[in-house]
Amino acid sequence: MDRDTATTAVRYQTLAGQSAGYWALLAVLAFTVAIGYAAAHYMEVHGHYVTGMTNQIVWGTPHVFAVFLIVAASGILNVASLSSVFGKHDYKPLARLSGLLAIALLVGGLIVLVLDLGRPDRLIVAMTYYNFKSIFAWNIFLYIGFLLVVAVYLWMMFEPRMNRYGKVAGFTAFIWRFILTTGTGSIFGFLVARQAYDAAIMAPLFIIMSLSFGTAIFLLVLVASFNWSGRSVGDDILDRLKNLLGIFVAVVLYMTLAYHLTNLYATEHHAVERFILLDGGVYTAVFWLVQVFLGSVIPLVLFYAPRLQQSRTALVAGAVLVVVGGLAQIYVIIIGAQAFPLLLFPGMETSSTFYDGVVNEYAPSLPEILLGLGGIGLSLLIAVVAMRVLPFLPERIGNPTTASPEPAAAGAAG
Amino acid sequence: MRLSVILLPLLIMSAVAAAELPKPSPPRGDGAQCVEPTDVMRRDHMRFLMHQRDETMHRGIRTKKHSLVECLNCHTQKDEQGRFVSINAPGQFCQECHAYSGVKMDCFECHATTPRQPTPGSARSRDHLLGDVFTPLQFMR
Amino acid sequence: MPSSNQNSQINESRRKWVGGAGAAAAVLTLAPGVRLLELAAARSEEEPVSGKVRWGMLVDTTKCAQGCTECVDACNDEHGLIGMGRPLTDAQYIRKLDLKDKLTGKTYSLPVMCQHCETPPCVDVCPTGASFRRADGIVLVDKHICIGCRYCMMACPYKARSFVHEDLTNQVPETPRGKGTVESCNFCVHRVDRDRDPACVEACAQAGHKALVFGDLNDASSAVSQQMAELPSRQIREDLGLNTGVRYHGV
Repeated sequence: MDRDTATTAVRYQTLAGQSAGYWALLAVLAFTVAIGYAAAHYMEVHGHYVTGMTNQIVWGTPHVFAVFLIVAASGILNVASLSSVFGKHDYKPLARLSGLLAIALLVGGLIVLVLDLGRPDRLIVAMTYYNFKSIFAWNIFLYIGFLLVVAVYLWMMFEPRMNRYGKVAGFTAFIWRFILTTGTGSIFGFLVARQAYDAAIMAPLFIIMSLSFGTAIFLLVLVASFNWSGRSVGDDILDRLKNLLGIFVAVVLYMTLAYHLTNLYATEHHAVERFILLDGGVYTAVFWLVQVFLGSVIPLVLFYAPRLQQSRTALVAGAVLVVVGGLAQIYVIIIGAQAFPLLLFPGMETSSTFYDGVVNEYAPSLPEILLGLGGIGLSLLIAVVAMRVLPFLPERIGNPTTASPEPAAAGAAG
Repeated sequence: MRLSVILLPLLIMSAVAAAELPKPSPPRGDGAQCVEPTDVMRRDHMRFLMHQRDETMHRGIRTKKHSLVECLNCHTQKDEQGRFVSINAPGQFCQECHAYSGVKMDCFECHATTPRQPTPGSARSRDHLLGDVFTPLQFMR
Repeated sequence: MPSSNQNSQINESRRKWVGGAGAAAAVLTLAPGVRLLELAAARSEEEPVSGKVRWGMLVDTTKCAQGCTECVDACNDEHGLIGMGRPLTDAQYIRKLDLKDKLTGKTYSLPVMCQHCETPPCVDVCPTGASFRRADGIVLVDKHICIGCRYCMMACPYKARSFVHEDLTNQVPETPRGKGTVESCNFCVHRVDRDRDPACVEACAQAGHKALVFGDLNDASSAVSQQMAELPSRQIREDLGLNTGVRYHGV
């Protein structure tokens, strides 16, 4: 069976862009972006005292959203990698959408990060002065490079004469996003000062988180964009994506378990573990209720319960919960770790005028939340407009009648 | 013919604009002249300042010639009460030309806009006392 | 027998010698406490700083009283750190830490500021290189290229850094500080460069406690080196291996 001719039979179409629903969606997204920008402007004009971020909690809600989007951007490209790198050609029609969403999510995340800077007007400085011992400096190259690599990858997909280079581009993008996500996890992994960081597991944890969040968001965008544009999504492809997502969610849960179990073994880390797992108030609640229960356990049930195997609602609900759980996980990682006090003198009770020795308080403020939501809005706006302008969506995907476990059989049909 | 139709209104507009906008007249600084000739300063003051800032920050070189603090010492004006006026206030030295040319200044986001105010009895007069622990070389400057 | 010319030449050179020796003696007696060694190490304004000098401080916590904030007040004064009435976001370059041993109940009080590490984590993580260590050991923020990402604040084990959360006016000329950039104790670099002690050290000495001693760690004859040779001292979080420039005795 010649895979290439089978896949070139796929037809891609732009969104019609005529319906009231389309314009309503654009309006909502544009509004979200506008409010997000207004919030950023407010923060920049008045200074960060108008936010909930302080000298104790220096990275807050904007960073939670930004890191989530950046991590998801890397993972969402996995669907394209499945065909280019792993040879699962049934996913090939979805590769364009995967590439588009990777760019869209990364741009949204970066915008939030840049707009939260104390001096966003100095972005040019950040792009011209580099300290290469800093993982942040490397990340600037990795993120911008990722946008270029994926853009080239998309070009290979769109331009028939370049199709044969798709594999090389796909492989490059695959390696690049592994390095990128390792770099993102290392932002935290390299920090020796904080009890909850300084762990080698941060990098692989972020890799698997990216796959989980990216696949969940991809599923949601796939179902939404196909349903709302009258395209059919086959049960078989949804089934396979569901199984994939289930594996990723399970591995994230395992890595989280490994991280905490290792820390619990070392007396040195007992205080911070007790804080996160037991008496950290909101952080403990977010960890157990949202990250573990809602974000990992319930989705696994929804994905694998025998009675729910045919239910698309269960799948969509599970994917939504994975996204919510993902945000919660990043919240605990970024903010929970800062809430726990720095240990200057282990074994001593500490107090000062600079909030040493106490659990640091933080509440997300409205400007921060709006900025974060604005980033999500921008990602989705880029995706929707791009789908209207260029043919990213295949007319149909998968076999709607049966859920087929055999890749060959599914390939023959599509 | 077409060229003059395009150029002529532009020339008239710019002449009108130039005629209406008053040229900046910054107040004179102290002393007979600046550390560099006026035309050199107008063109190159940012070059001097950018070089000096790196020399001072990274290498600890604090020569007075291109020091921003020294610029302020000569170029700030005093008001009727004898207090220094901010150098980036409208009508003051830097702002006169910068407003005219439409170039935003970043310096005074961080840098003080006046020398230390001559207020007697302020807590800062404390730093002129030596205390009973000398650092050596106090007398050698 | 020497001619009168030669005589006068010899006398001339003798006079010069005597005059020179006299001047040297006068210099030596003029300024009590001046040591020739430190004269030789003096750096003029035109010379760049070098690694020959490493600035450091010894904090003798046995001389530190709980409730005394002389050093903190002096620092706030020197750098123009006017609080905005928002302690969560107001900058503090130095603060007094009150400790209590969980086992023995013994209490300690000591000032904590930027430790001016030899291998500072804040310098490692700064993406633009704005956080840097000067050749003579002082860790600084170059606010011209600081983009306000606060990664250095995440990285510092001593919580030394503050972020400026609002517009500022009335800065002190020697300490530029502005909204959106990060700042911390800089050992009063504008004073050190002019051969003076940091404000905290001077204030503590003036108040009669003399708990803070500042000087050149590379010079065995400096006051701080001599004190460190006598008193046992430690770093805060020595396990991190940062080789801090600030050491503590008595805790």
